[in-house]
Amino acid sequence: MLTTPSDLDQRFGLARRVTLPGPLRLDSGALLAPVDIAYETYGTLAPDGENALLLCHALTMDQHVAGPNPRTGKPGWWTRMVGPGRPIDTDRYFVICANVLGSCMGSSGPASIDAATGRPYAMAFPVITIRDMVRAQAMLLDHLGVARLAAVVGGSMGGMQALSWAATYPDRVRAAVVIASTARHTAQNIAFHEVGRQAVMADPRWNGGDYYGGEPPAAGLAVARMAAHITYLSEAGLTEKFGRRLQAREHKSFGFDADFQVESYLRYQGLSFTDRFDANSYLYITRAMDYFDLAEEHGGLLAQAFRGAGTRFCLVSFDTDWLYPTADSRSIVQALNAAGAPASFVELSSPYGHDAFLLDSPELERLVGGFLRAGR
Amino acid sequence: MNLRPDLAIIARHVRPGARVLDVGCGDGDLMAALRDGRGVDARGLELDATNVALAMARGLPVIQGDADSDLAGYPDQSFDYAILSQTLQTARAPDRVLEELLRIGRRAFVSFPNFAHWRVRLSLLWGGRMPVTRLLPERWYDTPNIHHLTIDDFRAHLRERAITVEGAWFLSGDKNTGGAAANFLAEHAVFLLTRNPSR
Repeated sequence: MLTTPSDLDQRFGLARRVTLPGPLRLDSGALLAPVDIAYETYGTLAPDGENALLLCHALTMDQHVAGPNPRTGKPGWWTRMVGPGRPIDTDRYFVICANVLGSCMGSSGPASIDAATGRPYAMAFPVITIRDMVRAQAMLLDHLGVARLAAVVGGSMGGMQALSWAATYPDRVRAAVVIASTARHTAQNIAFHEVGRQAVMADPRWNGGDYYGGEPPAAGLAVARMAAHITYLSEAGLTEKFGRRLQAREHKSFGFDADFQVESYLRYQGLSFTDRFDANSYLYITRAMDYFDLAEEHGGLLAQAFRGAGTRFCLVSFDTDWLYPTADSRSIVQALNAAGAPASFVELSSPYGHDAFLLDSPELERLVGGFLRAGR
Repeated sequence: MNLRPDLAIIARHVRPGARVLDVGCGDGDLMAALRDGRGVDARGLELDATNVALAMARGLPVIQGDADSDLAGYPDQSFDYAILSQTLQTARAPDRVLEELLRIGRRAFVSFPNFAHWRVRLSLLWGGRMPVTRLLPERWYDTPNIHHLTIDDFRAHLRERAITVEGAWFLSGDKNTGGAAANFLAEHAVFLLTRNPSR
């Protein structure tokens, strides 16, 4: 085991990256090797290794959960929740957050160089699943010397990974926190993602995915992000924020400029997204989410996924989230009850829709903190 | 911790180390007492989101849900005790909730306010008004109690459904009172019930 304090160990700290030899056998049957994983760790791994906590990020997020993002200089995306004295207390926990497989923030993905050709994989990168992301994270934990997780925590796609962790490695997970998430993508979820993918693929610059070294399909990716962004907000939230107000003008232009504030806002969201995200990664990760159906992986019965697991579960939904509505969390809770797993669930009230899990929510922070403390 | 008197009775009579489902657990006072005092594996179901969040923040496994609709997902006999305290009279279908409790739990604790208590009778008989008492503080229009029952009503119902009473406790002014005149003297009652008297 570890003899050096973790802050001196090169494996631990901010902006780390490791190349693991693999191969990683994927759900598709393909083998991926080597496997790059970009990650960050916070806090110190206890001598008995029992204070490790894995944070799983959402679709377009990254490993910089509590440390500053080296590219943008902005603070981490969940500093309300993660840090010294925060609900996920880095003075207490050894927190690990890794960029998911298929992404573009340093882990293996379509923009990575394929060792066989010396060129970016592009669409030759194998299609991956949520469980493949989890398997890659398990490889990272092996590398870090972490046998067991005190908890795995995630919102949205991160929650899917947390569920998949508990189902795939029940002996390695003591607790799972699943926020604003689902055990399966519905037809509507898949439909919205397909709109996004088709927007990317309809951009001539996409060029069958082969655009590295040239101009990326920014226009298509921006439209994909615009469509997706609507699903992250609530109608009431949009109405409150923008209503039908016009953007920097007194009257309608009788043209197709961004007359309305909401149009201008969405265009900005779409454009700024293309600066930080790879279009092919967007295709691969949305595909992984669409393929996610935890019951299907367990004989069609969700309760079967949690049979015999010693994991404690905490689920939270938001009343205005129509992307992964409360009913999705409830069906997970019912499966957990049927499996006899200890579970907590609450629907919190928020005007912000799906995005609520990332925003200021003292109630969410209190109950996640309480849930984690109870496990010690 | 100062438990409500009916909860204190229940807490004293739950076997240490048992598995318990507390239906309508509020912010988890009884669950916490059972967990900390008797090593009980206590799970909760509670309608009110604020209460659920409070209980979760205390580290208790509580699910937001409705006794009327969300008990069906629990397997048969999956708990040693199912507890329903001061909730029966608020259920839309209390008879079905009671059946569910006895399906999920080997035994069930049920506590409820007695609408035949003499003070309630006086209020209606002489005042001609729906009673507003210490245990029934709401007025007719804002009360959550939609199925008023008395101790004798409950006993008759148990006989009809062939449910066995393993224990009964009656409280007046937070003190125990006898079973004989309970329907007149008790403000609330706690019953321990089972469908499996041999076990």
